[in-house]
Amino acid sequence: MSTIADRLWRRWIGVIDTVLLVGFFILAWQILYEIAGAVALSPPIATIRYAIALLGSADFWPNVFLTFRAFGIALVISIGGGLALGLLLGLNRLLGEAYEPVLVAFYTVPKVAFYPVILLFFGIGVAAEVAFGVIHGVVPVVIFTMNAVATIKPVLLKMSRSLGLSRWQLMTTVVMPAALPEIFTGFRVGFSLTLVGTLLSEMFGSRAGLGYMLMQAIGLNSVRLIMSLTLLIVVFAVIANGLLLLVDKRLHHRA
Amino acid sequence: MTAEASEAQVVLQNVTRVYARGATRPVHAIGPLDLDISKGEFFSVVGPSGCGKSTLLEVIAGLAEASGGSVAFEGTPTGGKVPEGIGVVFQEDSTLAWLTVWDNIAFGLRRRGVAAAEIKRRVDDVLRLMGLRDFARAYPAQLSGGMRQRVCIARTLVLQPRLILLDEPFGALDQQTRLLMGDEVLRLWRETGATVFLITHALDEAAMLSDRVGVMSARPGRFLEIVKTGWPRERDSRIAAHEEFGRLTSRLWSLLRDESMKALGYPTAAA
Amino acid sequence: MRGAWLLRLATVGGTVLILELLCRVGIIAGFTMIPPSQMATGLFQLLVSGTLLPDLKTTLSGVAIAVAAAILIGFLTGALLHAVPRLRRTLDPFFASYYAVPVWAFYPLCIVLFGLNDVPKVIIGFLYAVVAMIVNTLNGLDRVPPVLRKLARTHQMSRGATVLLIILPSAAPHIFTGVKLAIAYAFIGVVGSEFILANAGIGYQISFAYNNFDNVILYSLILFIIVFVSAINLFLYSWERAILQRRGGR
Repeated sequence: MSTIADRLWRRWIGVIDTVLLVGFFILAWQILYEIAGAVALSPPIATIRYAIALLGSADFWPNVFLTFRAFGIALVISIGGGLALGLLLGLNRLLGEAYEPVLVAFYTVPKVAFYPVILLFFGIGVAAEVAFGVIHGVVPVVIFTMNAVATIKPVLLKMSRSLGLSRWQLMTTVVMPAALPEIFTGFRVGFSLTLVGTLLSEMFGSRAGLGYMLMQAIGLNSVRLIMSLTLLIVVFAVIANGLLLLVDKRLHHRA
Repeated sequence: MTAEASEAQVVLQNVTRVYARGATRPVHAIGPLDLDISKGEFFSVVGPSGCGKSTLLEVIAGLAEASGGSVAFEGTPTGGKVPEGIGVVFQEDSTLAWLTVWDNIAFGLRRRGVAAAEIKRRVDDVLRLMGLRDFARAYPAQLSGGMRQRVCIARTLVLQPRLILLDEPFGALDQQTRLLMGDEVLRLWRETGATVFLITHALDEAAMLSDRVGVMSARPGRFLEIVKTGWPRERDSRIAAHEEFGRLTSRLWSLLRDESMKALGYPTAAA
Repeated sequence: MRGAWLLRLATVGGTVLILELLCRVGIIAGFTMIPPSQMATGLFQLLVSGTLLPDLKTTLSGVAIAVAAAILIGFLTGALLHAVPRLRRTLDPFFASYYAVPVWAFYPLCIVLFGLNDVPKVIIGFLYAVVAMIVNTLNGLDRVPPVLRKLARTHQMSRGATVLLIILPSAAPHIFTGVKLAIAYAFIGVVGSEFILANAGIGYQISFAYNNFDNVILYSLILFIIVFVSAINLFLYSWERAILQRRGGR
């Protein structure tokens, strides 16, 4: 019997469960703090307060700006370049077959190994950060785009041929819409990985940016600063990814 | 009635099955229905799609519990467990992809702790019986769909079940293969002396193979009629030429036509 | 198929040759990059002389611990979540966003908590690898065809026997994918952490060589990582192919 209470319960149980989970996590955090002490951890409420204070502080935003400038440029290159390369490899069977294992192999090699090479070629600065962000982010975009194009149902292509579509019409009205959901997933993963790459590069050898602030905090031995910065970064990453995920799901549902 | 009752291997009385699918309204799948299946009989069930044929098979097998009424196999009530002595061949491919054909067939025997020498003897026998000897070392992925179903049948047969339940085992096969498989099932039925309960959507198949055919209504599935074919035990697909075959098939269709339209959502003359 | 191999070989080989040429001729300066042939000989020297050994041991043992923990805990967590659908549904979005979070953001925290030793990098390696294992375990368990569970009941199999003889073998390919990813990610996590801040390990040596302008060691080590990781991947990949050939991707 589906009562109104039943239906409400079903709609909201997901939200309730998530809230419970977050609450449980915060509780565990607090308990860990009680055990480990202020030397090792900063408790939840204090961390959140400090994070909010950071958001209002003077030297926080210039760093954020620098990080996001590098991130933004890297993102544009990752997505643009990745899309182009992915389309090429997806539409041309020989190239795709030849280079897919190379891409997969590249994906599993620790990119940090390439960081010195990038530094040597680009010197310290924004260019190196962007390069690092790109080598992290471009690979999933290429792989997903490639797969998206290669797995378009052949019957769709046959159908468009029978309709007499031109090559351009084929691309814009059949290929792109059909491949869009998977391509977008590639963008989403590329977004996250580009962010990881940019932050990572700042952690090694930058003199500004969020990653640099994080490493500085070790030097200052300020647990509060480390945890608040980490919290802000994590919250941003999760919200950004969450929004992209919503779009991703919507696209996949339509398909 | 009493003489038949003492021969009945499977007895269903007033059986219904209702199940909840997710959080939506419960589905009244079958019933109430009664059924007696005699030992050694070949009984088929036909009916429109969604009428509950598979549910009926699962209730008889003990894979699903009846919501109401009683189910008994060889006198013992069937609960939530599958009784020994019943073998099931499913509609979907249930071969174990990581085992060879030989190991697939030996699977059930090994679970029962049968001695290795006995396992070898029985598996080799069944392989020979079903003409699968050349494929003993192959993996299911290397075989066609029809071959894989035969492996599943072999795996069931090797346990020497007294009742064999087949849920549209030839559903995915082409007509010619189906006819040949039908002959093979008849042969195995005669050689093993087991009772066979077959679900099929093909009326000609049911008419050709069975001693009796149960015609099910649209959901909730109940028996509209149980048709006796009267075929001799020694039969094969060539009885299709018999004029009785044509009459049987049209009888089955006339019973089913309205039900099938109902199942497809068409308005019927009766409605 | 032949064409693909040739193309691949030609591209990789061609790139190496071009780099060699550019370095030898001086278009790429020596303080930027050394010729590939020198990278190879440098690596050979390092391996033969045994100077690489202690750092190799540190890195590899760290990776091994991270991998073992990630596989074990990841598998058990995946199996547990599969059995408790409500908890799983709540955690699913968390897993989907997990790899969006820069795991290294926690590295400073780990160093403060545990000190600058082997523990923080193993933790990072573990954190990076474990979710891949959980997600793939869940995937594998999801994809066990329901008919196989029914099959187990027709053979009167106990729950334990069903899990051991039917569910696990059926889910094995996906679980193997999880293991592959766990290994790759643990490696990335450990070496990456060593590079950021550590006092031993391959990653550390790369950072050290860079800071000391020792390009020969630097590039030899980079070459080592590329070759080592590729070799492991190749091994795992061919093993997986052999299994899938027999099973036909089920």
